[in-house]
Amino acid sequence: MTTRKLSEIARTIRSKNTGIDKITFDVIFAERADYDLVRRSGVLSRAALCRIFGLPESRIADYVEFDPALAIKFTILRQVTSGSPGDADIFGSQQYGPLLDIAVPTG
Amino acid sequence: MRILCPNGHLGFAPIKTASFEIGLDCAPDLICADSGSCDVGPGPLGADVSSSPLQWQRHDLEHMLLAARRLGVPMIVGSAGDTGSNSGVDRFVGIIKDLASEHRLPRFRIGYFYSEVGKDYLRRKIAAGDAIDGLDGRPPLDLAALDATDRVVAMAGVHPYIELLDRGADIIIGGRSSDCAIFAAPAIRRGLPPGLAYFAGKVLECASFCAEPYAGKESVLGEITMEYFKVTALCPEQRCTVASVTAHTMYERPNPFYEHFLGGHIDMRACRYQQYDERTTRITGPNYVPAAELRAKLEGAGKIGERFIGMVGVRDPYTIENIDAVIAWARQQATERFGPTGYELHYTVYGRDAVLGALEPLRRSPGHELCVVVQAIAPTQETAEEVCMTGTRQMFYARLPAVKGTAGGVAFLLDEVMPASPAYRWTVNHTVRLDDPLELFPTFIMEAGV
Repeated sequence: MTTRKLSEIARTIRSKNTGIDKITFDVIFAERADYDLVRRSGVLSRAALCRIFGLPESRIADYVEFDPALAIKFTILRQVTSGSPGDADIFGSQQYGPLLDIAVPTG
Repeated sequence: MRILCPNGHLGFAPIKTASFEIGLDCAPDLICADSGSCDVGPGPLGADVSSSPLQWQRHDLEHMLLAARRLGVPMIVGSAGDTGSNSGVDRFVGIIKDLASEHRLPRFRIGYFYSEVGKDYLRRKIAAGDAIDGLDGRPPLDLAALDATDRVVAMAGVHPYIELLDRGADIIIGGRSSDCAIFAAPAIRRGLPPGLAYFAGKVLECASFCAEPYAGKESVLGEITMEYFKVTALCPEQRCTVASVTAHTMYERPNPFYEHFLGGHIDMRACRYQQYDERTTRITGPNYVPAAELRAKLEGAGKIGERFIGMVGVRDPYTIENIDAVIAWARQQATERFGPTGYELHYTVYGRDAVLGALEPLRRSPGHELCVVVQAIAPTQETAEEVCMTGTRQMFYARLPAVKGTAGGVAFLLDEVMPASPAYRWTVNHTVRLDDPLELFPTFIMEAGV
């Protein structure tokens, strides 16, 4: 089975606060075929995300496939509220790192 | 109705004026911008300070004010001074008044409103059994959380903006507000469909973030009609494409299909996005759903204590492998000196898991060197400094059984600890039921100019 890294397939992979208690992740594709490939592969399913980040399912607050933007979007509840002592990413803007190297089966 | 938006967070970084000038030639009916964000953390709201420099706020307000008065169109700024606190509103109103005198602008009316919520008001609500519901899994607000809070603001909807426009305001400075309401208010007042009006606000509020390629602080122009909303990038290098606008509709939002605000929400499941021309995207189909109950979102922050920061580097692979034992040693020294409670000591290990914390999949394979940032928080600066010094310097003396280096366990960039801003936390992320959408947002009108 051949694979490609998610970072080679997606146009945008980002994370950002949504409110003070949650961080939302966007994985956006330029081509419909790539979007379909990744969402059907299951590499970004709720279960896969729980495995990657070591999260219980209860901390995934939202999960959406957003066709108009060719985007897979999910939101997690923070363990430490934004800006509280111990939080080292006040904007939530660097949480997407572990997504970049996900291996996507391509055939 | 055409709305020109020059900046997605007024004051946070200055407007790029060239694209704003292009926008002024497009006959806008209004110039609007949002100045707020809770991304800056709980400190600015709790301590009641701006996270933006006064000069940058003044720069943006000056460009907007002079343009608005020259064109004779209203100017609206919401969530003044980053947090939308009363002092932020007063600061912006003061800047507008000063600029009006300085430029000898003919007389005009400033309308403004406050968004701060008294803790007594919330205590009465709790006592009356009117639950202050928690958002994002938080429990209802209780008196203990309220006592730990220094300042609370409520998010206004379109209502105070419409009220002030009705009263003849030329320039409006708003307290904390839903971003989309700042832009939706004048459109709704003019009788345009609320679904399109709120949707327009949602797209315009971050200015050029809805365009591509990525560029901040450039202007965009929105046009709201009875049938559609159109958004155009004004910076010559940027375009509003279906991809950039749809990507923006989900930016900073948990879900791209719904946007909630005081008075209702919009449902965007039936939105259609169309490339209108090279730099313009046209949208139809957002649906406004009024709320059965008026609920305002509340944001509140409270001080934890004074704060000092220390930093150490680590290069010995054995020490890196045992960094948790080093931290535990330093913590133990602090406990012996200061007891187990009454202060906080936090360790952030760069090179291992600082940014993601427990979510870091690679936390078991740290880099060849680490930076450990030590934060100490205590009721007084003196104690915070000493706790921080203990928690930092004692890493140097950590006793690891097999360490080869016996002349110091860590490397210091500075053999000192540094004062930081006091530590705050978000104590309130809740909603309160209102009888009247203006209940928490008193409005005022004053004159400025000569």
